[in-house]
Amino acid sequence: MARAVTPQHKTIATAAAWIVALLIFFPILYTVITSFKSEQEAIQGFNLFPSGTMESYSEVQAQSGYFKFFLNSVLLSVGSTILALLVAIPAAWSMAFSPTKRTKDILMWMLSTKMMPAVAVLFPIYLIFRDTGLLDSRIGLMIMLMLINLPIVVWMLYTYFREIPGEILEAARMDGASLWNEIVYVLTPMAVPGIASTMLLNIILAWNEAFWTIRLTTTEAAPLTAFISSFSSPQGLFWAKLSAASTLAIAPILIMGWFSQKQLVRGLTFGAVK
Amino acid sequence: MKLRTLTLGLLSASALAFAAHAESITIATVNNGDMVRMQKLTDDFTAKNPDIQLNWVTLEENVLRERVTTDIATKGGQYDVMTIGTYEVPIWAKQSWLLPLDKLGDDYDTKDIIPAISGGLSVDGKLYAAPFYGESSFVMYRKDLMEKAGLTMPDAPTWDFIKQAADKMTDRANGVNGVCLRGKAGWGENMAFLTAMSNSFGARWFDENWKPQFDQPEWKNTLQFYVDLMKADGPEGASSNGFNENLALFQQGKCGMWIDATVAASFVSDPKNSTVADKVGYALAPDNGLGKRGNWLWAWSLAIPAGTQKAEAAEKFVSWATSKAYAELVASKEGWANAPPGTRSSLYANPEYQKAAPFAKMTLDSINAADPKQPTVKPVPYVGVQFVAIPEFQGLGTTVGQLFSAALAGQSSVDDALKQAQDAATAAMTEGGYIQ
Repeated sequence: MARAVTPQHKTIATAAAWIVALLIFFPILYTVITSFKSEQEAIQGFNLFPSGTMESYSEVQAQSGYFKFFLNSVLLSVGSTILALLVAIPAAWSMAFSPTKRTKDILMWMLSTKMMPAVAVLFPIYLIFRDTGLLDSRIGLMIMLMLINLPIVVWMLYTYFREIPGEILEAARMDGASLWNEIVYVLTPMAVPGIASTMLLNIILAWNEAFWTIRLTTTEAAPLTAFISSFSSPQGLFWAKLSAASTLAIAPILIMGWFSQKQLVRGLTFGAVK
Repeated sequence: MKLRTLTLGLLSASALAFAAHAESITIATVNNGDMVRMQKLTDDFTAKNPDIQLNWVTLEENVLRERVTTDIATKGGQYDVMTIGTYEVPIWAKQSWLLPLDKLGDDYDTKDIIPAISGGLSVDGKLYAAPFYGESSFVMYRKDLMEKAGLTMPDAPTWDFIKQAADKMTDRANGVNGVCLRGKAGWGENMAFLTAMSNSFGARWFDENWKPQFDQPEWKNTLQFYVDLMKADGPEGASSNGFNENLALFQQGKCGMWIDATVAASFVSDPKNSTVADKVGYALAPDNGLGKRGNWLWAWSLAIPAGTQKAEAAEKFVSWATSKAYAELVASKEGWANAPPGTRSSLYANPEYQKAAPFAKMTLDSINAADPKQPTVKPVPYVGVQFVAIPEFQGLGTTVGQLFSAALAGQSSVDDALKQAQDAATAAMTEGGYIQ
């Protein structure tokens, strides 16, 4: 029996949701606020009302060119996502529509690679990149980001594909569709919301990846994570400048996430309620 | 119109052809004030060396250390010039990972480098890194609070005086802590301070046979004094405080004394960021009358990895950035107070610098008071004042730092922390083959 939702319950639930949302968002908000303070204001304890100076932004831009790092972030996140989808769509299709008794084991094995700390494979990966000439190259980093996000992409797509009735694909086959046509013209259009949300999530993950993007780049392929890292200092207070650099780095992905939140939420909850 | 277009086209093509011929070198560095200033002034270098382009990679200190270590150990060849510290230079030079700097130019004047600094950057008489800026540690104190306490800070105080002054200056009601010291765990954080402090108490990390010495009374005296002093007169949550946290506290007027890097003097005396800029006095790091003071020695230096293909261009850059002419360039653009400190004797003999930097003499005296080859009272088998220049020290120093930080936070007793430090050091030395 469904429970009645009273106005009081609704109000409490809304208030609770707002409080949780604010708690999650507050560190980002405070970073933005700090970026509009002078260095002296930034160290003077908690204060929600900055003087509004743009000094940190102009110094950050003067110290290191933002746009080169920004361009690399865009290329790496979009490039690695396209590569990941090219590999993951056929893999997820195979596992969703032609499962074997080992499919679940393979899925678990793929996920288990995410459980290993990245630093454990730093030296082997560094040596491979050195020997193949991929250090500080965009293509090398795209492959790396594709590989580290691939398990999540395959898992998400597998979940979406499982929701699509196999009978539709069988009907397409009976009409003479080839495997390629089946994936491109039947499966993909039906899974567009799922693919779109997977794509968005992968772009966000690739954008924010900091371990490999800092360690495998120097100047040519360095994205915004390296840009932020360059403002952290062991001797000297650069909190306002660091906040300005962080705000500039997260702003594009935050804006993209804001505009595509409907698709993201729809995709992430796809198949959650039947 | 056509002629103009043609001329522009030819000029652009020439520029592109020139850019293609220019050699570019990649420099890895940290985001410290002096380093950032150097990046701003590189037009001077490129004007004098138009065939060399500079690419900068600025990283957080720990990330930089990890990146350059990975690169140099694997001969990755990503960097042509590396910013490294006094700890790395002797270890890396012995591994043949660095090129000796023997072509710095006729007018470079290597003998002008302060002997204590060049000694720490040389192996077998050869210089393997050129110091960009050097530092020791000393006492920074509030002259107004000292006067209010009815005391006068001597130029060379003892630890007993520091304790007495801290007790009198502490005013919890007004948020003033008598003394602020590093407590954050890390070989370059609390252990830099505590190792230097322990030298003045006669303690040492290892005896001549590499046997750890944390079970000796000198270490007990050091750690007990530090914990008691910080509990009575230190700031709340001191076990999380490193250089930057204490700098913020001092600049806000919340510390009576702060014992830390001499480079901090330019920050605390900067009226733009410090509320106590005109009230700061300086004194040598304290001692206990045993002939050694609790000050350290460090230099951020520029070195050239052995794997670089552009050694000549890299050495030209290192020579430019660490020359006397560079200090003069900084002075002409931003004033003598901003010249990179702690590397050249000529800077301290310069009356204009002495006038602009009231902490100059104390900085030089502090640097000269540190001896990396004989850091403490008893003989030691290692080099280094606030560290032990062996590869195992980064890991071991941080482990011991965590134990001492826990003792400061009250999570363990001083005796327990020292016993665990002794066990950890014994295990590390046995594993490393130092103890048979």
